[in-house]
Amino acid sequence: MKKTAKLLAFLMVAMGYPGVAQPVVEMADTMRSEGKIYVVVAIMLVIFLGLMAYLFLMDRKISRLEKRMAEKKR
Amino acid sequence: MKKGWWKIVAVVLLVYTIIGGLLFSVPRLSIVNETVRALYFHVPMWFGMVTLFLISAVFAIRYLRDPKTEYDIYSVEFANVGLAFGVLGIFTGMIWANYTWGSPWHGDPKQTGAAIALLVYLAYFVLRGSLNNEEQRARLSAVYSIFAFAAMIPLIFIIPRLQDSMHPGSGGNPGFNMYDLDNRMRAVFYPACTGWILVGGWLATLRIRMRLMANDLNEIEDEKNR
Repeated sequence: MKKTAKLLAFLMVAMGYPGVAQPVVEMADTMRSEGKIYVVVAIMLVIFLGLMAYLFLMDRKISRLEKRMAEKKR
Repeated sequence: MKKGWWKIVAVVLLVYTIIGGLLFSVPRLSIVNETVRALYFHVPMWFGMVTLFLISAVFAIRYLRDPKTEYDIYSVEFANVGLAFGVLGIFTGMIWANYTWGSPWHGDPKQTGAAIALLVYLAYFVLRGSLNNEEQRARLSAVYSIFAFAAMIPLIFIIPRLQDSMHPGSGGNPGFNMYDLDNRMRAVFYPACTGWILVGGWLATLRIRMRLMANDLNEIEDEKNR
């Protein structure tokens, strides 16, 4: 009897039986399940893409200046 | 714009980082909990900084071997953007430390080392600002920047590992296992590093191009005055 109980306990641990499993680590599960995380993703993407578009425009402006500069040097 | 394909790669990688970094699953770890995701944004700042400083040091060496003004400009602008990345790294680290360690500044070996490394690089700009002769400034700061890079490596990568530190990866055992960085996290972390390094390079090239033009303008004006 004792042996079977031990064996059962061992199996439960080995197979990751939820009742015996690791302590619960708190994560932002509620926020995720409510889908609010997508709001954060969208805001971060808008800011990031906006900044990158700004950079691209600056890049273009500098390229144009370089062209004018090259003409002046000639 | 055809030559600028890598800029688009950078943007795509970082868009992926933002989406994947917030939505993909991560290991459930106590203490850090959900903030483990900060790794995708905080650590790439340091990878970016080290890469940019390395490029800066390479151009410093090239300047000493062949004193062209362009090399000096490359060296200083890569260091400049690298420093900006480092400052962002320190501040994001402080926010993260406040949450996981209890206060923003602990005098942790990793934090202290990073702060000293940034100060060493700040002194580089002080040195540049204090010299008026262009050639002298370029030569001295090239020598100093090689020293600064050589000092940064042990400050960030070696000393913290020799001591007890709360920062992951310190206290003896380096390597990436320290973050419990499993393959799921690697799939976001490495693209994030690549993306930020590319953006850093992009910013540096913009600054370099402006400086080169200013240089050309000076030359044209000098000729006129002659």
